[in-house]
Amino acid sequence: MLRPISTFLHGRNAFYASLLLLPPLLWLGTVYLASLFALLLQSFYAIDEFTARIVPELTLRTYGALFTQPANVDIVLRTVLMATAVTVAAAVVAFPLANYMARHAGPKMKALCYVGVMLPMWTSYLVKVYAWRLILAKQGIVSWAVTSLGLGGVLDALLATPVVGGPSLASSYIGMFIVFLYMWLPFMILPLAAALERVPGSLLQASADLGARPGQTFRNIVLPLALPGLAAGSVFTFSLTLGDYIIPSVVGAPGYFIGMMVYQQQGTAGNMPLAAAFSVVPIVLIAIYLSFARRLGAFDAL
Amino acid sequence: MIHAIELADVSRAFGTVVALDHVSLGILPGEFFALLGPSGSGKTTCLRLIAGFDHPDSGRILLDGEEVTDVPPYDRNLNTVFQDYALFPHMTVAENVGYGLRVRGVAATERRRRAAEMLDLVRLGSYGDRRPAQLSGGQRQRVALARALINQPKVLLLDEPLGALDLKLREEMQVELKSLQQRLGITFVFVTHDQGEALSMADRVAVFSQGRVEQIDTPRGLYTRPRTAFVANFVGSANVVDAPAAERLTGRREAFAIRPELIDLLAADAMPAAGTISCRGTLEDVLYHGSSSRCHVRLDASTMLAVARPESGSSVEMPRRGSSVRIAWRPENMVALQAG
Repeated sequence: MLRPISTFLHGRNAFYASLLLLPPLLWLGTVYLASLFALLLQSFYAIDEFTARIVPELTLRTYGALFTQPANVDIVLRTVLMATAVTVAAAVVAFPLANYMARHAGPKMKALCYVGVMLPMWTSYLVKVYAWRLILAKQGIVSWAVTSLGLGGVLDALLATPVVGGPSLASSYIGMFIVFLYMWLPFMILPLAAALERVPGSLLQASADLGARPGQTFRNIVLPLALPGLAAGSVFTFSLTLGDYIIPSVVGAPGYFIGMMVYQQQGTAGNMPLAAAFSVVPIVLIAIYLSFARRLGAFDAL
Repeated sequence: MIHAIELADVSRAFGTVVALDHVSLGILPGEFFALLGPSGSGKTTCLRLIAGFDHPDSGRILLDGEEVTDVPPYDRNLNTVFQDYALFPHMTVAENVGYGLRVRGVAATERRRRAAEMLDLVRLGSYGDRRPAQLSGGQRQRVALARALINQPKVLLLDEPLGALDLKLREEMQVELKSLQQRLGITFVFVTHDQGEALSMADRVAVFSQGRVEQIDTPRGLYTRPRTAFVANFVGSANVVDAPAAERLTGRREAFAIRPELIDLLAADAMPAAGTISCRGTLEDVLYHGSSSRCHVRLDASTMLAVARPESGSSVEMPRRGSSVRIAWRPENMVALQAG
């Protein structure tokens, strides 16, 4: 029944390729790219301050407001700092586990690790965030455990740290950082493990054979060859943190983040141009980060 | 004389699989030594133990008379050419070659100078700025060689280094490796499953089978005096005649080997020369090899002998397949085999 179709397609490679590409291109082209373009366009409009109406004329007034009003600059800086901290911490925490999964675990242990890393993703995002609020609360399990171990003073000292501290873990930037790290860690572990798995074991042996100590082999061979995975993972953790608005609104100190600002400006405040301008910030930052990573040679080994 | 490498009663098992079973061998300084055997015979495990990538379950490994069993690879004065060459893909050819100096803290200018020297040695002088991915298999092989030699090791280990090359290139590299070894005067230990390669390049060969060393000898010794049926069969594929069949042929119940080229193929009614052992059989198959033909002669239900018949110099015409023939050989050409 399908034979006439196969026969027709045989030898018509260009037509066949366009058949394969059409659905995703339609989807990405219209739904994603077009709305992205609409968003970009919106960010070059501005709101009339008296009527609260959007004036459809191209202007840089909204971007001016974004970059000159200290409150807005603070939001951008706060978000970028948090995203950077989460990304660096995720890389540090993920590397040993990814290395173990890629190089040392037996087949069964490896499968167990992969399932273990992905298991949290089977649970609703909201459930996890609210669970973390309880875990980190003043009477939560973390402070109970720490106090029972006689380390209550350490926790208090930590929470007394200016800016990142707060009345409890659940209402401090430290707590928010912990939740972000937990939430995005799988997105760092998986690409990193995949990249490490592609490094042939003989390269590490060759390095040792030529006289490199384990630390030298790590710096000269493992790290450079894992860079594509590290870059991919960090794009995930960085962009997910930049854009998230639920974690900062459920856990942590009251300061605003970019995602919350976008949510509020396009919703209650009704300032669509400012919301658009805010959401352009992560896009630009990621683009800059990617070109930087490329220049560093992160994708040379691909 | 102190051995460059010595394995003393070394065993290594992976789970229930015994890779090396109480192996002892000594390799002399400056020797071109081959570890020969089929896959899974333990030769590569042996090389990995010498390099230090693996640790024996029991036994000792000595380099230059010093025990190195527990010394990590980066503290052993030897280098390895890997089967897949293991070139670092993110470095240029020159950086790859200079890596051994870099991790020893040699300054960059000195490193570049000596890397260029090594690349000249393997005739890749103008390729220093390329990436390994831009080289052919033979060129990568020579980069791996240059990289392994830059630290001036006393011993160079080569793990099937010619396996990935095509036949023509392989023969060229055999000559090149041999002359390089003679020029540098360092010990080469060479793992291969190709008996032709081992025989043509090595000074001495250790033949491995199922985790044991069957025989250590010069190529000529292996070929003319195989000690076991395995060696006789694996090296130059001699005819191996087991004890019962030998009793029927020669009257003595003792297994022996005989080379196909040392058996004469005669017409069925020909008179064998005096003093030869001769018998009749059926010509089952003839495989043409150019310079000679390999004839399979069935003597009885369980015995078949291969006879190599030179293309030139045969006075008698090749008998037809399926016809009756006579074969004959001189008793002194038979090699008695040990059991096992």
